[in-house]
Amino acid sequence: MLGTALMISLGLIVAAMAMNIVRLAKGPDVPDRLLALDTLYVNSIALIVLLGLWLNTKTYFEAAILIAMLGFVGTMAICRYLLRGDIIE
Amino acid sequence: MTFTLFAEGVVAFLLVAGGVFAFTGSLGMLQLKDFFMRLHGPTKGTTLGIGCILIASMLYFTVTQREFHVQELLITLFLFITAPVTGHMLAKTGLHMHLRFITDTRGSLPELRNEDVGQNRVARPAKARHPWRTRRRSLGKPRLPR
Amino acid sequence: MKAMGRLLPTPTLSLVLLAVWLLLVRSIAPGQLILGAFLAVGIPLLTRGFWDPLPPVRHPVKLAWFVLVVLYDIVKANIQVSLLILSPKREPHPGFIEYPLQVKEPLTITLLANTITMTPGTVSSNLRLDRSSLLIHVLDMEDEQALVREIHERYERPLKEIFEC
Repeated sequence: MLGTALMISLGLIVAAMAMNIVRLAKGPDVPDRLLALDTLYVNSIALIVLLGLWLNTKTYFEAAILIAMLGFVGTMAICRYLLRGDIIE
Repeated sequence: MTFTLFAEGVVAFLLVAGGVFAFTGSLGMLQLKDFFMRLHGPTKGTTLGIGCILIASMLYFTVTQREFHVQELLITLFLFITAPVTGHMLAKTGLHMHLRFITDTRGSLPELRNEDVGQNRVARPAKARHPWRTRRRSLGKPRLPR
Repeated sequence: MKAMGRLLPTPTLSLVLLAVWLLLVRSIAPGQLILGAFLAVGIPLLTRGFWDPLPPVRHPVKLAWFVLVVLYDIVKANIQVSLLILSPKREPHPGFIEYPLQVKEPLTITLLANTITMTPGTVSSNLRLDRSSLLIHVLDMEDEQALVREIHERYERPLKEIFEC
């Protein structure tokens, strides 16, 4: 049961990431692409956690934390650049 | 035995629910018509999806290894705190760049003043103090940062 | 007591920092406890100058109830938005609302804006500089006044009671 659920979940996440990449490629404006990139980050956290479940280890936990933090800071920096033309004033 | 089976069912349900939520969030981002509508999918759907998957992972490791694993709570809380902030900033960026929205948008979009979207510099009081020199500088009138 | 207050200006923040450190290193060995306590005292002292003074929590029970309500609403919001996305026949009618704010503290406004973003069909998108109103984008808007009233009753009033008078 758990294996089936894991496979379904993995498939859905991978499909979600594929859709994000489509939006990233065709997004008409910069904020669209930024949104797609941010969602891609979040989905990759899910992928890493599912990989940890699949391999039954907790080694990848730190990688998930790092991705979460870098994704947030990166998105904030680009937003700020688009808003004010400057990141640190 | 039954308890393990029950926990397994809960973990499987949370995994599938998380996958479905993340999937619909991304689907909404792909197919909705303008930027502000697309923003709704990732900020809500994807965040809750990841939350479900992280809680499933927490439960799974707690049951199988018979000790508390609560580290995933850290990522869950972090995501739930940062996702609205990201959404707010992205919406602000979209307003600032005058992205077009679909024509039957209801309500009145009020005109934005330049300070509101952050185009002009904003006067704020210089309140930050030195970390250990605690003598308080006088808080004069607000001055423009640099 | 006064030295205690000077060393630990924000006890709650220190406690949270200690807990986060222990979760990050995944152990409660004595060495990690000492290092965590050192960080929990040091970081608030170093960053104290950057923090605005936070308002105290007046009703912890109400705060817990509010968190539960918001969690329930998040799940409900997700099911609504998912159904809206998955049913291609129903065209959503998006719209903007200018929501007049009654809370004034920065922390309360932040919490309200985050709550609005996480709950049914609304994303807070801009805050006026004088903190008088919040611009909200709604995914499927039917009645503007009803939505404003619901946000006020459900989220703003409890927040005002918890953090302000």
